[in-house]
Amino acid sequence: MKRTLALTGNESAAEAMRQINPDVVAAYPITPQTELMHAFTQLVADGAVKTEMILVESEHSAMSACVGAAAAGVRVMTATSANGLALMWEIVYIAASLRLPLVMAVVNRALSGPINIHCDHSDSMGCRDSGWIQLYGENPQEVYDNMLQAVRIAEHPDVLLPVMPTYDGFIISHTLERVDVIGDDEASAFVGEPKPRFSLLDIDRPVTYGPLDLQDYYFEHKKQQAEAMKRAKEVVREVGEEYGARTGRAYGFFDAYRTEDAEQIILCLGSAAGTAKAVADELRDGGRKVGVLKLRMFRPFPAEELARAIGHARSIAVLDRAEGFNGVGGPVCPEVKAALYKAGGADVFNYVYGLGGRDLGPDLIRSVFDDLEAGRADPREAIHLGVRS
Amino acid sequence: MAEERGWREIPIGGLILEAGNAERYVTGGWRTYRPQVDKDVCIDCLQCWLLCPDMCINVEDGRMTGYDYAHCKGCGICERICPVHAIRMILESEAPGGADEGGCWRSGKKRAPKKGAGGGGRTA
Ligand code: SF4
Ligand code: SF4
Repeated sequence: MKRTLALTGNESAAEAMRQINPDVVAAYPITPQTELMHAFTQLVADGAVKTEMILVESEHSAMSACVGAAAAGVRVMTATSANGLALMWEIVYIAASLRLPLVMAVVNRALSGPINIHCDHSDSMGCRDSGWIQLYGENPQEVYDNMLQAVRIAEHPDVLLPVMPTYDGFIISHTLERVDVIGDDEASAFVGEPKPRFSLLDIDRPVTYGPLDLQDYYFEHKKQQAEAMKRAKEVVREVGEEYGARTGRAYGFFDAYRTEDAEQIILCLGSAAGTAKAVADELRDGGRKVGVLKLRMFRPFPAEELARAIGHARSIAVLDRAEGFNGVGGPVCPEVKAALYKAGGADVFNYVYGLGGRDLGPDLIRSVFDDLEAGRADPREAIHLGVRS
Repeated sequence: MAEERGWREIPIGGLILEAGNAERYVTGGWRTYRPQVDKDVCIDCLQCWLLCPDMCINVEDGRMTGYDYAHCKGCGICERICPVHAIRMILESEAPGGADEGGCWRSGKKRAPKKGAGGGGRTA
């Protein structure tokens, strides 16, 4: 039975995990993910899930335990943030390379230092090339929806890659919002039973995970991974559509908001999209042709679809919530520019904003649309939006 | 590598779907030091057989008969554990019969160990 609940992003993720009822969760607490794990371990303690909860001594161990459990053929989930994700680093790549369909919520937080517990995307953007699928959620509703879909996407036989649903620390993780949840039976029917191809525990069909892989076969295994990432696009689409048919909330690669005839478009990920859409509405009321492209799926990168959706605009501002320290800007913008390379006309500008939880209010968004319209932005390097001069 | 297959034909993730395949990977060439046993001193307690991480101690009828040099990596654990000091490690380059003896190879030449021959026997 459907219910409407008031949940924070973390509670919303925990509610999805309750319904998914994973076999194993191994996790270590870190702000702002901590409340998600509080809520979930309470469910374990109450017997509301059958999950084997492994409390580990570090995130490196958390991801290692997840890899082991997934190789044993069960459904595995975890969650982390920022420095916790950084400590997992080595095993994050191994999970993807071993083609283990883990799901890990990443509650976005600035990566130290200086130490900061608030939101930016430097943690998940840092592992954008680790072989994980990345889905960025805008609000607690999307957190819940992405968590359920992530399981299906990861375990799809055409994919078998880990999935990282992310959401903005504090801004989403600690904000109470309305969330529509589907019934427990519906949720379990949607995610289905895990059907592992191999299990380390199957002594009749023994299998070796993680052997040495040198010049002769490593490249072939990387090719397989690259192809799986390409196939994941279709699966993300299918799962998003099926989820829509069941719940009324369909998902794709991105959400194109009033972009069809837009001359100026802001492209962003996560919670910033809500503010951007509100500002776009206001400017539309004043007769300006503006729109917002909220990118949900950053990995795999939907280059062609994106070019079709926004290539017609006169100018585009890509908002990056992470600094790339490459001398030109953040990590999302170069990919958007590459996607638009053959699409022609649009001028693309990069804005780095919100580092360490710095607020992105409507005024700043308005200033970006104004820059775009007046042709004031510098195309050569990123503008640091909201930094004091 | 006998046959090199394409990316579509191999298991994903570098998985190996067959048990006991490590035997085909001849690792003896990694060895710097070669263990040698003095069977006059050895009391066949088989502690070396228990502890060898590469299962390279040959045993027949409950007796330690020598080494599988095709896989022994020369770690020296057997020498350390032997309670009667029957094992010593000698430099591969100074091994009797040269480096090719008993499954060690140079310049890509591979040789399987002779069955039951081990590499043991009295050292000179
Ligand atoms: S440990 Fe020493 S005494 Fe025991 S079986 Fe091995 S070589 Fe012989
Ligand atoms: S040296 Fe090491 S690998 Fe070789 S036989 Fe002794 S214990 Fe085994």
